[in-house]
Amino acid sequence: MSGGGRMHGALVAWRALTRLQLRGHPLQLLATILAIALGVALGSAVYLVNSAALEEFDQATRRLVGSADLVIRGPPEGFDEALFVTLARHAGVSAASPVLDLELTLPGQAPPLQVLGVDPFRAALLQPVLIGSIGDNVTRLFERDTIMLSRAAAQQLRLRPGEDLTVMVGGAPRQLRVIDILPDSLYREPLGIMDIATAQWSLQRLGRINRIDLRLTPGAPAAALQAQLAMLLPPGVVMATPAMERGRALSATRAYRVNLNTLALVALLTGAFLVFSTQSLSVLRRRTALGLLRALGVTRLQLQCALLGEGAAIGAVGSLTGAVLGAVIAALVLRHLGGDLGNRALSTTGPVLALQPLAIGAFVLIGTAVACLGAWIPASEAARRAPALAMKAGDAEPALRRLPTTVPGVVLIAFGAALSWLPPIGGLPLAGYLAIAALLAGAVLLIPALMRRATGSAARSGHATFDIAMAQLKGSASISTISLAAIIVSFSLMVAMAIMVHSFRNSFELWLVKLLPADLQLRLSSASDTGAFSAEQQARMAGLPGVARAQFRRVREIWLRAERPPVTLIARDIDPAHPADTLPLVRDTAQTAPIGTLPAWISEALQDQYAVKPGDKLLLPLDGKQQPLFIAGVWRDYARGNGAIVIARAAYIALSADHSANEGSLWRRPDTSAAALEQQVRTALQIGDALELIGSEQLRERSLMLFDRAFAITYALEGIAVAIGLVGVGVAASSSALARRAQFGMLRHIGMLRRQVLAMLAIEGMLMSTLSAVYGLGLGFGLSLILVYVINRQSFSWSIDLSVPWGQLGALSTALIAAAALTALWSGRAATGQDAIRAVREDW
Amino acid sequence: MTPALLLSLDEITRRYRTDSAPVLDRLQLRLACGEYLAIMGESGSGKSTLLNLIAGLDRPDSGRVLFEGVDLARLTDDAVTRWRRASVGFVFQAFHVLPYLTVLQNVALPLELLGVREPQRSQRALEMLASCGIGALAARDARELSGGELQRVAIARALVHRPRLVLADEPTGNLDARAAQQILLLLRQQLRANGASAVLITHSISAALTADRQLQLVAGQLRPLAATAAEAAIPTPGIP
Repeated sequence: MSGGGRMHGALVAWRALTRLQLRGHPLQLLATILAIALGVALGSAVYLVNSAALEEFDQATRRLVGSADLVIRGPPEGFDEALFVTLARHAGVSAASPVLDLELTLPGQAPPLQVLGVDPFRAALLQPVLIGSIGDNVTRLFERDTIMLSRAAAQQLRLRPGEDLTVMVGGAPRQLRVIDILPDSLYREPLGIMDIATAQWSLQRLGRINRIDLRLTPGAPAAALQAQLAMLLPPGVVMATPAMERGRALSATRAYRVNLNTLALVALLTGAFLVFSTQSLSVLRRRTALGLLRALGVTRLQLQCALLGEGAAIGAVGSLTGAVLGAVIAALVLRHLGGDLGNRALSTTGPVLALQPLAIGAFVLIGTAVACLGAWIPASEAARRAPALAMKAGDAEPALRRLPTTVPGVVLIAFGAALSWLPPIGGLPLAGYLAIAALLAGAVLLIPALMRRATGSAARSGHATFDIAMAQLKGSASISTISLAAIIVSFSLMVAMAIMVHSFRNSFELWLVKLLPADLQLRLSSASDTGAFSAEQQARMAGLPGVARAQFRRVREIWLRAERPPVTLIARDIDPAHPADTLPLVRDTAQTAPIGTLPAWISEALQDQYAVKPGDKLLLPLDGKQQPLFIAGVWRDYARGNGAIVIARAAYIALSADHSANEGSLWRRPDTSAAALEQQVRTALQIGDALELIGSEQLRERSLMLFDRAFAITYALEGIAVAIGLVGVGVAASSSALARRAQFGMLRHIGMLRRQVLAMLAIEGMLMSTLSAVYGLGLGFGLSLILVYVINRQSFSWSIDLSVPWGQLGALSTALIAAAALTALWSGRAATGQDAIRAVREDW
Repeated sequence: MTPALLLSLDEITRRYRTDSAPVLDRLQLRLACGEYLAIMGESGSGKSTLLNLIAGLDRPDSGRVLFEGVDLARLTDDAVTRWRRASVGFVFQAFHVLPYLTVLQNVALPLELLGVREPQRSQRALEMLASCGIGALAARDARELSGGELQRVAIARALVHRPRLVLADEPTGNLDARAAQQILLLLRQQLRANGASAVLITHSISAALTADRQLQLVAGQLRPLAATAAEAAIPTPGIP
């Protein structure tokens, strides 16, 4: 037979089978298509939103660094501007632009405003459009306390030229006059531009800058030049290429984005299970028709291609629908919620949805491939079946029973368990994700064996309704597996997420209690580079009559490596002999700090990202010098994903002579109320809205609320997956009930009441869902261990103490059992009516 | 002595659409206790409708179905079902044996529905299986049986609870000639042994002739089977 002849046969078979499906079970087809569509929609929406945000972030970075080949960065406190002169005079440098790049505290407003203090003429060498955009106002920039705002900043702050912008410098407010609004073509994000000298004066950074943009001499050997320039940099000052600048956000958010994509993939895979289950059941239901086609001359390969073609058609229609839906969702999310999807590191202004044909095409292909994957096994089985057997009316269970599932299931579970022990790959928990996939696949393959064991061991009760239901479950274990696979997978993932989120929340709450022991927390509104309490302000607060105790902290950004975001240095009161009294320690060392080193406690993120551990030494670049630190312990930190270092404040002051503080904690006297203490502090400082005061309990509640909101989208995704699974169960139950109409009719004939038949179906549904719930709980618990101890740990460097929400799991299980029983009941109603009685005579 | 009347259908009319001709038109039927009646008719003549009415699975538009003097139409659906459970046995063309039960469990099903407990239930089912010649198949999976064996199981199930009435709808329709002959013989034996009445629906004249009386359903009414048709069914030597 020629290739064309083979194709024709397959096409004929495909048309015949599809007509059968479309006419006989349109709803089932629709449910399957919707499942694929939802999975593709979620995946493509997450991808498009992330792409738009990253692209915008990339563009913003390009705008900020212009055509610079290298960017020299130091801490917000800056470095000696003499470094600029040294670098600018280097033979390998053709242009250099000094910058004071700071985030300014705005009283009563969040977030802080990024301000660039630039030399307009030097900056124009690297960013030619700057001068053109500033125009004649360039000379006005040299006036004292003046600033130009981007259009986004002006809109956000509701300021026009001629009006004043109030910023906090140290502990006091300062006015800057807005002299112009910059066009969007220059900067789209909220930003301010000042003359660098004006900025140094106004922002108390005389003689200091914290960034230098360099353009290298064309043709000069870049690597050698970079090495030479690097030698000139003092400690704490790093050199980065624009690619590294752009890559920092990428690497910092990679784990977060991968997690979101994985969640979307879960929805897609649940859709695949649904395709598998509906295709399997539909092949079983049509086995007579399939046998007839084989008897009429359709070959095995043609039949297999026809059934795969069905799966591909479902996948293609579903995926195309999903791609359109995904683009719509992405557009709505970008328009109303922005592009960060909860990750502040990806916050940008006005990310634009870009429909990427290749990417969308890939998602359509993935969705179609996933549907084909779901259709593969049923198609292969149908092609293998002998036509004579297929045409014999009777039970289909023996065909499925032949499929070997137990041993592969055990092997996959063992493999998954082994994978969970592997370390991260490229900073991502890839082995952890694979472990989850292997465990899920293995667990699904074990379902038939477990169902047979569970139902086989049950003794007959003597009640026909119950006994027939049990016998049905036992006899159709493999078919039930097909129906239950989707619900078990999605329910177990929901259980795993519930345990992980509950554990995380508990750990987060304990962490908050540990780090917020005082009655009142205070800081200058929003973290920034310029707002800080002076020593005098601190003393004033500590001496207030309502204050029993006061602690202050200095928080700074420190560059350890150019390719990584800066880490946070926290100088605070801490007893080196009892650090666990202050910090939520997870590891420490019995060793004492060697002479000449300073004991320091690093966060888990820093431990993982910089590969240091207790007992190691770390060089801390502080004010131009390298200070050796001794890592005395590791503490749990959920706030700073780039890493943090805690040192004793007294030691910090001795090294830096910096007595300022960004944050403080106050304990009130028993005879002073929280409101009275707050009033005392505001009266003492007189800085109005610039001071942010909040009770620790209130701060904890607010933090937990943000936590719950952040996971709401995760719960929504999981809820959708479970709903898809339930739809699948309902569709399968409906299909199965219709296939058993003749049996129901026979039972009605011999005297079973209709409600007894319905009760039998309900019992079947409840038994199946109870088994699913129990199995799903066990599987979900196993998966939660991987989420808690592997995925979260390796993705975000967060350690979590496991805690099981028994009440929540009980409620989820009960809801699942009830929903599945109701679904079985509802789907059985149609199959137990008068048609069932007539159906006894329709079989042959 | 005239045997007592078990079943009486008086002036039964049934139509499925108000504007269509009735499927059963003022039909009359009397069935005595212990009587074995065969009803023949062409496809679409209303045989299944008649069987559903007798079994209480349907209600006539007019007329009465009396079982031992009780009008089935006056009973609630639950009451009719309970009556059917205790008093009627069914043998279907497609056997309708539950595939996920053993042979014994299938036969015992009516007893289970009637609340008969173990070990009496299994004992009675085994006895019935033995009397049908398939006692050795008790523990077998119903899916493993041939057509003839399945129909024997169906007959055993139909009679295990000693019903007053057996309704057999084309019981030999899916069997070869030899198996069909055996099944009809078995059915007759079991009916006699249990003293049950029966209504056999069949296309086959030779099957109908195994009954005590033969009727034909034509134009919604029952008539005696035509004599010529009956005579034509008598095997002639030399003709297979």
